[in-house]
Amino acid sequence: MSAQGAGAAATPAPKYTKKDFESDQDVRWCPGCGDYAILSAVQKSMPDLGIPRENIVFISGIGCSSRFPYYMNTYGFHTIHGRAPAIATGLRVARPDLKVFLVTGDGDGLSIGGNHMLHVLRRNVNITILLFNNRIYGLTKGQYSPTSELGKVTKSTPMGSADRPVNPLAFALGCGATFVARTVDRNIAHMDEMLKRAAAHRGTGFLEILQNCNVYNDLAWNVMYDKESRALHELRLEHGKPLLFGPPDARKAVVMDGVIPKVVEAKSVSESALWVHDEHNVNAAKLLADLFAPHFPVPIGVLADTEAPIYEDVMLQQEQRAISERGPGSIAKLLMSGDTWKIG
Amino acid sequence: MSETAAPATGAKTRRELDRAVIRFAGDSGDGMQLTGEQFTTESAWAGNDLATLPNFPAEIRAPAGTLFGVSSFQLQFGSQRVYTPGDRLDCLVAMNPAALKVHLRDLKPGGLLIVNTAAYDKRNLDKAGYSANPLDDPALAERYRLHKVDMSGLTHEAIKDLPLNAKEKDRTKNFFALGLVSWIYTRPLEPTLDWIGKKFAKNPQFAEANTRVLKAGHAYGETAEIFSEHYEIEAAEMPAGVYRAMTGNRALAWGLLAAAERSKVPIVYGAYPITPASSILEELAMHKRFRIRTIQAEDEIAAATAAIGASFGGAIGVTGSSGPGIALKGEAIGLAVTAELPLVIFDIQRGGPSTGLPTKTEQADLMQAMYGRNSESPAVVLAPATPGDCFYVAYEAVRIAAKYMCPVFVLSDGFLANGSEPWLIPDPDTLPPIDVQFRTEKEGFFPYLRDPATLSRPWVRPGTPGLEHRIGGIEKQDVTGNISYDPDNHDHMVRTRAEKVRRVAQEIPPTTINGPATGDLLVVGWGGTYGSITAAVERAQAAGRSVASIHLRHLNPLPPDLGHILREYRKVLVPEINSGQLVRVLRAEYLVDAVGFNRVRGLPLASEEIFEAINQLIGSTA
Repeated sequence: MSAQGAGAAATPAPKYTKKDFESDQDVRWCPGCGDYAILSAVQKSMPDLGIPRENIVFISGIGCSSRFPYYMNTYGFHTIHGRAPAIATGLRVARPDLKVFLVTGDGDGLSIGGNHMLHVLRRNVNITILLFNNRIYGLTKGQYSPTSELGKVTKSTPMGSADRPVNPLAFALGCGATFVARTVDRNIAHMDEMLKRAAAHRGTGFLEILQNCNVYNDLAWNVMYDKESRALHELRLEHGKPLLFGPPDARKAVVMDGVIPKVVEAKSVSESALWVHDEHNVNAAKLLADLFAPHFPVPIGVLADTEAPIYEDVMLQQEQRAISERGPGSIAKLLMSGDTWKIG
Repeated sequence: MSETAAPATGAKTRRELDRAVIRFAGDSGDGMQLTGEQFTTESAWAGNDLATLPNFPAEIRAPAGTLFGVSSFQLQFGSQRVYTPGDRLDCLVAMNPAALKVHLRDLKPGGLLIVNTAAYDKRNLDKAGYSANPLDDPALAERYRLHKVDMSGLTHEAIKDLPLNAKEKDRTKNFFALGLVSWIYTRPLEPTLDWIGKKFAKNPQFAEANTRVLKAGHAYGETAEIFSEHYEIEAAEMPAGVYRAMTGNRALAWGLLAAAERSKVPIVYGAYPITPASSILEELAMHKRFRIRTIQAEDEIAAATAAIGASFGGAIGVTGSSGPGIALKGEAIGLAVTAELPLVIFDIQRGGPSTGLPTKTEQADLMQAMYGRNSESPAVVLAPATPGDCFYVAYEAVRIAAKYMCPVFVLSDGFLANGSEPWLIPDPDTLPPIDVQFRTEKEGFFPYLRDPATLSRPWVRPGTPGLEHRIGGIEKQDVTGNISYDPDNHDHMVRTRAEKVRRVAQEIPPTTINGPATGDLLVVGWGGTYGSITAAVERAQAAGRSVASIHLRHLNPLPPDLGHILREYRKVLVPEINSGQLVRVLRAEYLVDAVGFNRVRGLPLASEEIFEAINQLIGSTA
């Protein structure tokens, strides 16, 4: 076990191609599922990590998204519903030399596994979390999920759901996540970029991927799919750039009115009054996390990228301190320590 | 208890005893646990064998003076083998009326009863439900050897010149009781004086106060007219070697440390605080130098799954809890069954169901360990017999889990966890090797390719080039490990997982029989009841009865010679602190007409009651 950064290896990684990361298993998602695009993007992003394939592990829970590890030609563990964050934590504590990805969904990660998600984020375990959010339970055939909108009519809620949705980004930020970003399954170029950013983060990288379930919740994210709607609503977050969105002939800006975000005509505000995105400003990120259509644009990109102590690093430092101060443990010495007495 | 008169020394008679059972009882705030622990250390120094039973309320600071706030510490010590903390008391120290009310019934007629009269005021009497002071009842002094001592007053007197406030002074009165009882039973004060010196090294005032009060109690015994005699218990005949006091939870923790050192495989312990298992986590957290990594997880499920994640990474994952926590871990344990990863699960059993009796002992999780998961989910189950045995069983659990790639339960209990015994320190080199082989060979690798002897699959550390593979909770095709919904494959895998656990029987040594190899009655026990059963059986043997006992360490699989042994006796008795769990397994497994002896009182089984059950079953000749 070494205290090296995740995935670091003595020898440089071989030159890989996307193909090196495709497993021999038939992919079994429904035809047209958004997961295919994500799988392809993730496989494509792997060679750029510069990490030997054997040092990469994909961990998942249960759900459509959680079948992901079977399709990656890396080490993989498909575990039980909601518990992947705890499995990944244990793995990182045992093996801080490995690069660990966690693939989860809105139900797995925010409903049955919500507690573990909270704790892995606050501990800042050095893993990359990909949360596929399709706002529905797919594998169990179409019940509403914790991110479904209030009043969602599904098989289990024929008169509409009674519970308000959780916002994954706001949740993650509230838990103290050090990296929070959002991308869209149908925006391949942006997804590529976000996968790289999330994977490069030291600490927990939390990436929400808006994903389409074409069978049980088709076009739930149509606001980001429909060409016209997307042009009106997509807000690309870029560090150091102002929050501007909308078509060129009708540019709009998000500005602060006191402590309340407000949408205005871009040309109506002076440059100095624009809200300039700062990835290191967690408070601003918390405001951005709540913006959504129709009254606001939909932010995609990196909301927050900050630093905090990493759980397993602290644990290893303590271990090394204990060993350097008092030497490695010896069971023979321990057994004879303290009060002992001799008979015979 | 046999008593022989010895020549009197000085004015006081000193009598020799084989053994004695003492209980210190008082309010939660009276320091009875510490008093008992110190008395235990003194007795260990004196060379006695001993067994202890701490018993305290679940409330951290229970309201003073109440019946439910009473805390007690019992121990039996003797010059011969001591198996249990004892059933009936030779001596009861009752620091307040509530303690008297709760514990008096356990004192033998003619037993020594020592009370702190200062605590028997109207308020405390009311709280204990006494309408009149029981100390004024002449019947009490007729039935017991009652000694009324104003411990509070004498304590204050001994340290009146020290600059401590009244409350601080009052807190030392437990050491007056300790000093007094130490004199009565001729215990050396040195270990307690040492302890005071270390404990209060930074606070000389408290060191001085406790020292003076301890000595004052001792001197009081020596000089007060009321104690006409005191006792001596010779050192016990014990195997030669170096001993230390050992509690069950510490022994479990140290067993893991030994396994980590011997196997050279790091251990990751995931736990969520729960009584009575928390002290294992706390103990392990102190030993980071052994590369033991502890995770205080967000809940029981995370504790188990973090351990499984560690095992996937090539460490030994261990999780520990008590019954309610084990219930929560069930699904995760099933994952370890099907992913075929090593996982050690400590279950420190306590009274249940639900929250039950958190600080009291029970043996009612055997069925949970064996069957408490969905579907066909076999696991190995082991149980330690004594506090010190926990060391060996924890070590063995790691060895089996790594060798057979499967979950292994260790069923300890609240009694073993907190109880202590003088423990012969082993030479770690004599422990069996734990030979872990991680697969690195690419040629012919499949994730579920099985070892023909153990049926275990290869353990591969992620990071091994060329062996990238995926496992999970979905049914897999044997050998390849690919997802499979094939009906015949599932049937094959169910049988294979069961057969793998059955093959652990190869590891079980021949069963030790305590008594004749054939006879009228075999008493079969498991876990923390070892002492009570052994004492009862030896008593019955001494009375000429044809009785033997065996104590099972391996509960799943059962020892291969067990079926044969059971048939060598006319009757089989199975004492358990549950309503009949092992007895059910034995009846089902061997079609033997075993009968249970069951008491579920949150306390160890009384040896006396087991003795009576033996007599009832095979007829008393007495």
